[in-house]
Amino acid sequence: MAIIDLANPTRFIALVNRVLPWLIAVTVLLFAIGLARTMQAPDDYQQGATVKIMYLHVPAAWLGMMAWGIMSVAALGTLVWRHPLADVAGKAAAPIGAAFTFICLVTGSLWGRPTWGTYWVWDARLTSMLVLLLLYLGVMALYWTADDPNRGSRAAAILSLVGAVNLPIIKFSVDWWNTLHQGSSVFRMGGSTISPSILIPLLIMAIAFTLLFVTLHLAAMRNEILRRRVRTMRLMQAQELAEAHS
Amino acid sequence: MTMTFAQEAGFIVASYAITVFVIAALIAWIVLDYSAQRRILGDLEERGVTRRSKRTAKEAP
Amino acid sequence: MSAFVSLLKRDMRLAIRVGGGALMGAFFFLIVVVMMPFAVGPDLGLLSRLGPAILWIGALLASLLALDRLFATDHEDGSLDLLMMGDMPLELVVAAKAVAHWLTTGLPLVLITPLLALMLNVEPKALGPLMLTLVVGTPALTFIGLVGAALSVALRRGGLLLAVLVLPLTVPVLIFGVAAANTAIIGPTPFGPPFTILCGLSLMSLVIGPVAAAAALRHGLE
Repeated sequence: MAIIDLANPTRFIALVNRVLPWLIAVTVLLFAIGLARTMQAPDDYQQGATVKIMYLHVPAAWLGMMAWGIMSVAALGTLVWRHPLADVAGKAAAPIGAAFTFICLVTGSLWGRPTWGTYWVWDARLTSMLVLLLLYLGVMALYWTADDPNRGSRAAAILSLVGAVNLPIIKFSVDWWNTLHQGSSVFRMGGSTISPSILIPLLIMAIAFTLLFVTLHLAAMRNEILRRRVRTMRLMQAQELAEAHS
Repeated sequence: MTMTFAQEAGFIVASYAITVFVIAALIAWIVLDYSAQRRILGDLEERGVTRRSKRTAKEAP
Repeated sequence: MSAFVSLLKRDMRLAIRVGGGALMGAFFFLIVVVMMPFAVGPDLGLLSRLGPAILWIGALLASLLALDRLFATDHEDGSLDLLMMGDMPLELVVAAKAVAHWLTTGLPLVLITPLLALMLNVEPKALGPLMLTLVVGTPALTFIGLVGAALSVALRRGGLLLAVLVLPLTVPVLIFGVAAANTAIIGPTPFGPPFTILCGLSLMSLVIGPVAAAAALRHGLE
């Protein structure tokens, strides 16, 4: 029976317990500053006040992609070094990444309604994010269906790496497909025209969201370690009972 | 763009509300999960089930 | 190499034999495509415009759903363990099984395409490009699906899990396959660029598929 060596995760939990309160405080503070700056930020001359949705949409998109990056790095840790914390990191990142990808899609759709006139347009970026969400759901389905967590996390690690190789190709294909079929209606926020009065709040919000992600991820990793500990203890209890009866 | 501010405000408020809702759900899930796991661990320890690391430390003289 | 060929022959024999289900993929393809006109209506103009897309979706579903049992039967009777312990690299074993699967499931599917294309009123001049895209594209589908088949046998789960895992990864193949097939009908764009990209995707999946599937089996069945 492959019982995870608990020594290392125990130290990790102690570290999380110490760091988490500070992380929460800094995250809340940054969100307060970021939201205040967002309120004061000027409206876009073309899109009016709806540009305020960007302060949620762009950071969520960034985190949706970053979470997959974390999962791929964790996947390498799982498959190459068999590090138990890597398993836990990958598993904890999947639902959080999926949630941020979902936020990105919903805010994009709500932003699109006044801009395009419909809630959903098969716009290249939105479509790529939709495929990313489907991939997240696939990874989460793997975790759900696996009866043995070690087996499940290794399967999910392989899928994460295959996904990481495929995501740039999917992005390229969807861009190509989009220009083939419509080639219009893309969010108007070119890098050169963006003014500092918009860029600075966006940056603060992006950092705040990233810290939120780190906080949630660490807390979810702690939960996952505890869950595996419970599982190990239950298995041992069952084993002891079986030995006592035999 | 002939949309009035009131209509725009609806979309802005909706997107902020949904974002807050999703993040709140994530936080709630993580917090509830944490307390549940802690409770189960406490129960198991109360019933005398120990972890391997602690047991080997105890058994080895 | 002889081991590769003999494994290929064994898998093909098993598939063609009674109960092997080699032609099931082609039957499924036939049925999915025949169901389409009932859903969109018998308008021949509309059908001819949607033809390549319908045929590609049918081929996608047929090749993925048929993959479900690729490793499962070998796992159940223990021959997969023997193959994993053998001298041949697991990547080659997996590739041989995939090639055998494509020859018995993918190829019949491509061969009945002209008949179905005729029923969907696809223009005869588009038939050549359409078949060519399917010949090049269905191996990519099989090799991408291979990863899903290996993952689902490692987790001892089957059925829809494979499709859920694999379908998002086939988006590029679908995009370039349908686009290349459509160039002969609608597109002002030339056939060359999307078709070469489709070939590139196929070659890539030929490498990634066996490597990832072998890794999945090694990690899942130890």
